[in-house]
Amino acid sequence: MRHAFVRLSCVVLFLAIFGCGRVDRHSETVELWHWMTDRDETLQKLARQYEQETGVRVHVELFAPSDAYSNKIIAAAQANVLPDIFGLLDKKPIVASFIKAGFVEDLTPAFEADGGAWQAELFPPAVDTNRFLPGNVEGVKPGIYGVPIDLTNIQLVFNRTLLKKAGIAEPAKTLDGFLEQVATLRRVGVTPFVSGFGEIWLVDCFASNYAFNILGEEKVMRTFQGEVPYTDSGWIEVLRVFDRLARAGAFMEGIVTKGNKYAEQDFALERAAFAFNGSWCVNVYHDMNPALDYGVTTLPAADPLLPMRSWGGAGSSFVVSAHGPNKEKAIAFLHWITRRDQQIVLTHETYNLPSNREAVVALPEVLGGFLRTMAHTTHPMIWSHSEDPVVVEALDKGIQAIIIGDATPEEIAARVQKVKEQQLRKLRRPGGF
Amino acid sequence: MAFLPANRAMAVRPADAARNFFFVLPALVIFAVFYIYPFFELLRLSFHDWQGIGPMHWVGFQNFRELMADKVWWNSIGHAGYITLIALTFQNALAFALAIACDREIRLKRFYRVVFFIPPVLSEVVVGILWNWILHAGVQGGEQVGLLNNFLVEIGFPQMVHNWLSDPKTALTCIAVVHAWKGFGWGFLMLLAGLQTIDRQMYEAADIDGASPWRTFWNVTLPLMLPVIIVVVILTILGSMQVFVLILSLVSQGLVYHTEVPVTRILGAMSGTNQFGYACAQALVFGAMLIVLSFGLKKLLNRVRWS
Repeated sequence: MRHAFVRLSCVVLFLAIFGCGRVDRHSETVELWHWMTDRDETLQKLARQYEQETGVRVHVELFAPSDAYSNKIIAAAQANVLPDIFGLLDKKPIVASFIKAGFVEDLTPAFEADGGAWQAELFPPAVDTNRFLPGNVEGVKPGIYGVPIDLTNIQLVFNRTLLKKAGIAEPAKTLDGFLEQVATLRRVGVTPFVSGFGEIWLVDCFASNYAFNILGEEKVMRTFQGEVPYTDSGWIEVLRVFDRLARAGAFMEGIVTKGNKYAEQDFALERAAFAFNGSWCVNVYHDMNPALDYGVTTLPAADPLLPMRSWGGAGSSFVVSAHGPNKEKAIAFLHWITRRDQQIVLTHETYNLPSNREAVVALPEVLGGFLRTMAHTTHPMIWSHSEDPVVVEALDKGIQAIIIGDATPEEIAARVQKVKEQQLRKLRRPGGF
Repeated sequence: MAFLPANRAMAVRPADAARNFFFVLPALVIFAVFYIYPFFELLRLSFHDWQGIGPMHWVGFQNFRELMADKVWWNSIGHAGYITLIALTFQNALAFALAIACDREIRLKRFYRVVFFIPPVLSEVVVGILWNWILHAGVQGGEQVGLLNNFLVEIGFPQMVHNWLSDPKTALTCIAVVHAWKGFGWGFLMLLAGLQTIDRQMYEAADIDGASPWRTFWNVTLPLMLPVIIVVVILTILGSMQVFVLILSLVSQGLVYHTEVPVTRILGAMSGTNQFGYACAQALVFGAMLIVLSFGLKKLLNRVRWS
C-alpha cells in the first residue's frame, strides 16, 4: 500500500513538473494562432476546406484581444513554443527583433518562386508592409517575412444622412473647409467627429497623417533620427491641427478616453457625422447598423498643396515560425488562403479588402471607396526610420492634453523634444543601443 | 512524548524525514517554479534594457535611477493613493452602515444581502461598460446619451451636465467612486459576518444599563469589530492600490496622465513602449511598497488584537 502510494506520488510529481512543458513539436497539424474575433469563423471554415482538399489539418486558435495576443506571442517566443503560423502586431523594431532572433522564416524564396507568381497576385502595398528593404536601419536581412491576408487603410468616414441634415453636399477637402463644416454641424445639433482617441495608436496615426502633409516624409524621418526637433514650426503646426479642431468643437465630448469600440458604436448609431477609422469598420458598422448610409474620403489636408497620406497596407499578416516542424505546409496554406477564391470568401464574409488583386469583385460600395484611397497610403512598416516608442507616447499623450485644453501646442512640442533628447542621450551613451 | 527530552522528542529518522520531504515536494516545486523563479527573473530583468525579444543589455541600476526621477510614475502612486483613500472612507463607511442595517431584524434582509453582493461578483470590464454608459458625455438629437447627464437635465440641473470621464478634475474621482461601488460588497459581507459573531447579550446588557444606540455602537460594536475592520482595511488598501482593469475599461489607455496608476504604468512600459526591464523595475519597487505597507498593517492588526 505504502509503495503504491509512493509510486502514485511519483507519477503526480512527474506530471506536475513535465506536464506543462512545450507542445509536441513533431505534430503533423499546422498550428495557427490569430487575434481576429470577427474573422475566426471564416478562418475555421477555410481551414476545414483546406483539410478536405489537401488532407493537411490546420488548427486555428483565437487569442483575443490583440494586446493579449501580442503578449502571448512574446511569451511563446521566449519559451520557444511558437505555433507554425502567427501574427506580429508590434511596431517595426519589435518585428525586426523577432526576425533577427531567428523566430521568423524568410518567405522571399516562396514569393519569388515561379517567376514571382505569388507576389504578383497580391496588392503591392500589402506585400511592402511585410518587406525589409536592403540597407534597412533595423539590420534585418532584406526580404519578405509576412503574408498579408487582407488589405486595410484608415480614412475619414462620413454619415450622409447627418451631412444632408446640415446641408453639406460632400466632405471638405481642406482643413479650413472642414472647420466650416464643423461649425455648420454644431449649429444643427450634430456632433461633428468621433474616433477612438483613448487608444493612442489612433492619435498617432491621425497625427502622422498631418505630419506627412505639413512636414513631408523626409522631414518626419529626420525628426525620428533626431535631426529635426519637435519644436520645429512644422511640428507645432501639426499640433495646432488638434488645437484648432478642439477649439472649433469638432471632437465628440469624451473623445480622449474613448476606446475605438465605443467610437465605432457612436458612429454606427449616428451620434457623429465623421469618424476616423480603418476599413475593418465596414464589418463593424454592418453588424451594428446595416442601414447606416456612409461614405469614405481622405482626411482634409492642412496644406492643400502637399499630398495627404494615411496609414494603409496589409491589414492582417501572418508569419511562419522558422523553428516549426511544418514550415512547408504552413507556407502552402498561407499561399492557398491568399488565392482568389479564398480571398473572395474572406472579403464577402468579413467585409475586409482582399490582399489578392483578382479578388476585387462585387465589393460593397464603401469598401470600394477604401480601395480607391489605397493610392494615398503609407505605413510605419515601410518608413525608413521608426520613432522611439517612449517619444511616441509623449507625443500622443501630449495631443490628448491639447484636445482637453490642458496644454498648448508649443508646450507639448517642448515636452516631447525633452523626452526625445533624453532618449537620444540613452542611445548615445556607451553601450547604448 | 511530552515527558521526553526535547532532543529525543524532535529526533526524526532520516527515512521519515525523506518521506515527509517527499510530501512537501510537489508544493515546494510549484512554489519554486511559479513564485521564487519568476521573482528572481523579475529581479534580473530589472537590471537590463530589453524589448521583450532579442538581446538583453545590462544597465545596472539605470532603470531604478530613471524610475526615481519619473514624475508620471510618482503621480500614478498618488492617484492610486487617492482611489484607496476614497475606498477606505466612502466604500468602507457605506459597507459598515449597510452591514449594521442588515444585522438588525429588518424586512427583506436576505434580499439586500444578495443585492449588495452583486457589484463585487461582476467583472470589472462589465462594470466599466455599465458605468461608461452612465457617465457617457455625448449628445444625440439634442438629448444627452449618458444616463447621469440625461437625469441631471430631466430633474432641472442642465448646468451640471459634465464630461465626467474626460475632465481631469472629475475623471479620477469618477474612477474612485465606481471602484468603491464595485468593492463595497466585500467589506459589507465581512463586516456583517463580524457583527454576527458579537454576543447579543452584550447589547442586552448595554440596553439594561441605559446606553444610547450611539454609545452602544461606540463602546460595544466598534471595539469588538476592530480586528475585522483592520482586515477589511488591509484588503481594501491592497485591492485599491492594484486597481487597473476598471481604469482601462472606463478610460481606455487613460486621460493623458491624469488617470494613471502604478499597474497601468507597468503595463504601458511593457506592452506600450516595450521597456521590459523598466517595467520590471517598476513592478519591483511597487511590490516592495505594498509588502512594507502590508507588514505595517499586519503589525497594527496584531497590536489591536492584543489590546
